[in-house]
Amino acid sequence: MLDLRQYNSLGEALCAALDRWPDEICLIEADRERENARLTYRQFKEQALPLASRLQKAGLQDGTRAAIIMTNQSKWLISAHAIFFCGGVLVPLDYKLTAAEQLQLLAHSRAEFLIIEHHLWRALTQAEQFKNLAVRTVLVTEAPPSADLAGAHRWEHFRAEAEPTFIPRKRNDPACIVYSSGTGGRPKGCVLAHENYLEQCVALTSLYPFWPGVRYLSILPTNHAIDFMVGFIGPFTCGATVVHLRTLRPEFIREAFTKYKITYMALVPTILKNLERGLRQRFAELPSGKRKILNALIATNRALTRRRPHLKISRALLPQVHQAFGGQLRALFVGGAFTEPETLQFFYDLGIPVANGYGCTEAGTTITVNDLKPFRSDTVGKPLPGMEVKIANPGAEGIGEVTVRSRTLMSHYLDDPEMTAETIVDGWLMTGDLGRLDPSGHLQLLGRKKNMIVTEEGKNIYPEDVETCFAGLAVKEFCVFAANYLWPTRTLVGEQLVLVLHPESAQEIDEALLQDVAERNRRLLNYKRISGYLAWDGDFPRTASLKIKRVELAEQIRQKRGRSAVVPL
Amino acid sequence: MNSLDNTTDEVLRLAAEHFKVERDQLAPDDDFFKKLGINSLQALDLLTRIEQHFQIELPDYELQGVTDFRTLAQRIQSRL
Repeated sequence: MLDLRQYNSLGEALCAALDRWPDEICLIEADRERENARLTYRQFKEQALPLASRLQKAGLQDGTRAAIIMTNQSKWLISAHAIFFCGGVLVPLDYKLTAAEQLQLLAHSRAEFLIIEHHLWRALTQAEQFKNLAVRTVLVTEAPPSADLAGAHRWEHFRAEAEPTFIPRKRNDPACIVYSSGTGGRPKGCVLAHENYLEQCVALTSLYPFWPGVRYLSILPTNHAIDFMVGFIGPFTCGATVVHLRTLRPEFIREAFTKYKITYMALVPTILKNLERGLRQRFAELPSGKRKILNALIATNRALTRRRPHLKISRALLPQVHQAFGGQLRALFVGGAFTEPETLQFFYDLGIPVANGYGCTEAGTTITVNDLKPFRSDTVGKPLPGMEVKIANPGAEGIGEVTVRSRTLMSHYLDDPEMTAETIVDGWLMTGDLGRLDPSGHLQLLGRKKNMIVTEEGKNIYPEDVETCFAGLAVKEFCVFAANYLWPTRTLVGEQLVLVLHPESAQEIDEALLQDVAERNRRLLNYKRISGYLAWDGDFPRTASLKIKRVELAEQIRQKRGRSAVVPL
Repeated sequence: MNSLDNTTDEVLRLAAEHFKVERDQLAPDDDFFKKLGINSLQALDLLTRIEQHFQIELPDYELQGVTDFRTLAQRIQSRL
């Protein structure tokens, strides 16, 4: 791989990679049975530089913010490189957000350029808030020939022949503004510097190396910190190949493993569990004799890989399982949310190492990861090299808030010094997660201190963001909490949100009100919905500026009501 | 019955069959995530079944933000 310590910016490192491995394949883009694109590093450069040249002509310069809203595909990475080449700051936005949410984040980030897929652009132009869009140049990919682009340019035609000028950036200059949450409420735009990414990449690849010939299957959204690192920066700075799928249907993911001989893939617990379900079903359908043999082979594999993985042995013992994964799979990375130990152990026993990790955007992606020496399903692994993890104010069992110090930490939240000061204290990132370090240095996560939930799909949901959907509800006041924040538990699965309703003094919580609640709840994306409500008869404690004192209210609720008082919706 | 109603009816039948529930338990305006207790990946599975049935190709994004059978049927109808 490149020695990333020699480079000052992502743009510089990517340029070096494109010249270092000109004939290696860097990108394959598949759509079902079709292959849309297959690019060498040279071809990637040939596509990116004319785009960079035209972007420069349009005024993209050092520090200019440029947003990308796209599904995982080759144009995402080509556009990102062009932005970095020009010295721009990339704002990767989640294509799964609603148009209104995307417009809100575009406004918050003050992005001047936007690169977006046509169907997403169409949705933006139809949103009410579109009239406020202040982006000055929009590039739309894959627009049909007759489409009305509402003033945008076609990405495919946005090219200039003049040689673009590479704009150097310093290590501490911002590279990306990544929104870890904050739609509807208070946007959390993590400002991450080039150094954060370069250091993170060095640390991750020291444990899980990439090299030319490695094929990484990219299915997590590239705007997400995990895929941006292991599905772009990591493989590119090592000459490896990224395989994009335009569909996430389980059958095409399975097919991609065998068709492209995948080496690594990162996923969230939902997908891992889906794979597990499919495999268990297939095992259960085996005739009993074969099932017994399989179980014996799994037990043998477990015994032989207790200390560390032995891919050769596992592939020889369980060839059919490994063939189903393409026969070249070295590890699955799982993160974004808590994964149940049983699921991790299931895969490990089949000889498929699952590198379970823990991280957050604020920390520059990964904080800890399982180093597989030996595999542990009960922890989220050890801190990455260069990552200091400390448990703040540990209790009797050593449990306290997980805090982190590293050169990978974001510098601040965009335009929010108050929240930055609460989150980074004396150089330490306060994660809001509760955990303990065991004697071998592995981190165990045991709950949350902060009022939020993480879904199995790796989505961070903040109650404040959900509250806007209930604005104007016909009650005296209301508030949304994470159930586990009100009633702390030592689990991180099945987290739910609760709506606390305080009706007017003579008001009943009647059918009409509940119908309104249900109707508003339906308008939220399915993973953001509240799962129940709690009737509360006291006035909410408030600050002088009338903001709800959430900590105090939670304490009052905790003392008077139990979890059983929540009425499911 | 107009063709959208037909499509909606077919979608409900396919969903019932795919997730092994009684057809009459499902209604056009039902939230399929909630009613069937499924996640987004399982919903994508249903999309494949629907594509085979109607012989159309539905990009994953067609399902984005869609939570009820009626809207899903409308998306399918526009591609028939």
